[in-house]
Amino acid sequence: MYLVVEQLLNGLQFGLLLFLLAAGLTLVFGIMDFVNLAHGSLYMMGAYFAATFVAWTGSFVLGALMALGATLLLGIVLEYVALRHLYGRDHLDQVLATFGLILFFNDAVRLIWGPAGLALPLPAWLTVPVQIIPGVYYPAYRLMIIVVALAVAALLYLVVMRTRVGMLIRAGASNREMIGALGINIKLLFTLVFGLGAALAGLAGLMQAPILTVQIGMGENILILAFVIIVIGGIGSIRGAFMAALFVGIIDTMGRAFLPDLLRKVLSGAAASTAAPALSSMLIYLLMAIILVLRPEGLFPAAKR
Amino acid sequence: MKKTFWLAGAMALALAQPATAADSVKIGFVSTFSGPTAVIGNDMRNSFELALDHLGRKIDGKPVEVIYEDDQQKPDVGKQKTEKLVQSDKVDFIVGYIWSNVLLASLKTAVDSKTFLISANAGPSQLAGELCSPYVFSTSWQNDQTPAAMGLYMNQKGVKSVFLIGPNYAAGKDMLAGVKSTFKGEVVGEEYTVWPSQLDFSAELTKARNSKAESIFVFYPGAAGVQFLNQYAQAGIKAQIPLYTAFTVDELSLPLQKDNAIGIPGAQEWVNDLPNAENKKFVEDYHKKYPGLRPTYYGAQAYDAAQLINSAVVAVKGDLTKKDAMKAEMEKANFKSLRGPFKYGNNHIPIQNFYLQDVVKDADGQLSLKTVATIVKDDQDKFHDKCPMK
Repeated sequence: MYLVVEQLLNGLQFGLLLFLLAAGLTLVFGIMDFVNLAHGSLYMMGAYFAATFVAWTGSFVLGALMALGATLLLGIVLEYVALRHLYGRDHLDQVLATFGLILFFNDAVRLIWGPAGLALPLPAWLTVPVQIIPGVYYPAYRLMIIVVALAVAALLYLVVMRTRVGMLIRAGASNREMIGALGINIKLLFTLVFGLGAALAGLAGLMQAPILTVQIGMGENILILAFVIIVIGGIGSIRGAFMAALFVGIIDTMGRAFLPDLLRKVLSGAAASTAAPALSSMLIYLLMAIILVLRPEGLFPAAKR
Repeated sequence: MKKTFWLAGAMALALAQPATAADSVKIGFVSTFSGPTAVIGNDMRNSFELALDHLGRKIDGKPVEVIYEDDQQKPDVGKQKTEKLVQSDKVDFIVGYIWSNVLLASLKTAVDSKTFLISANAGPSQLAGELCSPYVFSTSWQNDQTPAAMGLYMNQKGVKSVFLIGPNYAAGKDMLAGVKSTFKGEVVGEEYTVWPSQLDFSAELTKARNSKAESIFVFYPGAAGVQFLNQYAQAGIKAQIPLYTAFTVDELSLPLQKDNAIGIPGAQEWVNDLPNAENKKFVEDYHKKYPGLRPTYYGAQAYDAAQLINSAVVAVKGDLTKKDAMKAEMEKANFKSLRGPFKYGNNHIPIQNFYLQDVVKDADGQLSLKTVATIVKDDQDKFHDKCPMK
């Protein structure tokens, strides 16, 4: 029983982290109709900035906040310098250009920080396990990820649903031409949305960094999952991204946790141990395929264009 | 007039090129030079270059030409690169291979063309057993040997039960099988993770803790080892269940693992402080040639591969067509290995010692690895009976 609770938390933590990455991607894709493959690079930059600033300031929280600001700034500069010129273009052009950006960022990181990667050590108060219910311990840092990500999700909800900027964002997702025609500065709105997306990716990267290592190409594998999530959740829908990210996180973790034991009941030990990891990593893609067949628009599609 | 002159010059150059090429020793080197594990490939290349420096950049008086190829840690790419080296570059030797799955995919190409292949790291069980070949040598080990030594050490420590975690590919399966072959206690659980994409081990760690095992054994080479130790420490399991490892803590991962690696034992056939003269020279010169970097066992094995090639070419006085004589010479392991002298088994896998290594703070307060004890002497892999070569 405790095992299930703990694995659920693991799944929740992973899902929330994916949500941060997917939220930015779905905003940019849904509102600006822009395919940004370099979203994973912003995730990586968030982690590199954090590792650098934390080492520099000696404070984890301060370094993380600075890294967040730096990624936001980087996103805005990137949008202004490069991506703004690609909005009118075909999706294929955007894919090509942003793929080029991935290569650019990977090599820039190699030049600046070297190929070996960095470590982002946690302060002592975050490396202790916390007893959440009697008998169940959970790493304090992973708990913090859950809290921060939930707070960001709530904040995002408030901004998008309750503020004027959020209204514009939602309007942009529904009909871009119309809000442009109504005299809204759509360029500024796009820059803002892209910066917000970048900051969210950076936040995901810097929070993931102490668990993993800060290394070149760290954003590429996880970006695939983020795309799966926005497809499942419905492109442009923050609520969809949130629900889908939780589904994906929990299904992935539960699959890894319990599938091997289930398979061992049916298959021989060796065959089960080999098949289980392969099968559990397929589960989320299976989920995506099923949803694409049943609801091609995703679970929570944004309002029709 | 001027044009004819240039043309003549170009033609002379073109003619001169193949003449020198035929008179050199051509070595293909397949390793990982891009992506997160490129640091390993770089270390192997650095050590191989250092070995060539020590040989005066010549083997039996002939210049050496090395062609480095990046396998991107992918079996299909490694196979392609091996084919290119064998078929279009026509190399005399192929060296390298960090990853067992890459080596297994590339093996047939090299063996079919009767090109000598020297594995400087990967040691899949198949290579030691049914797939052994007269043209394939190893300057490393068979995968099972190192974890098997760790299993012996765990017996010495009186460990009663273990939870095994490793990556789901050829070497991962060999490694966990290796521990199981010697460990006398109970194996309470065995988990494989998706390799190399899975970097979060929370589900596996949770299971390990709940299994109530007395110990955990893992095999996670490269950056995955850093990530595993991070998560092991953050989950607070480090204080509860001791960890035993193979190829998880090394000089490349240590600067990133930092204090997380303290108190985590590993088994290895080479450690930087092994007290033989060749090794001292290797470690010293490595520091001189590559300031700020530290050699690893990957590099030491690549260094040995260069020495093994040298011994074979010298024995046939540079006549690289005498393959049987070269094979016979290499079987003697007639060179000064950095790990100390060893013999080859019938399957061309070293019969060698394995040491217990521990993480300590060195004179300048940096973490480094140190030999603590010899776990097993003259260990031979357990697959050599399956090798048809006698």
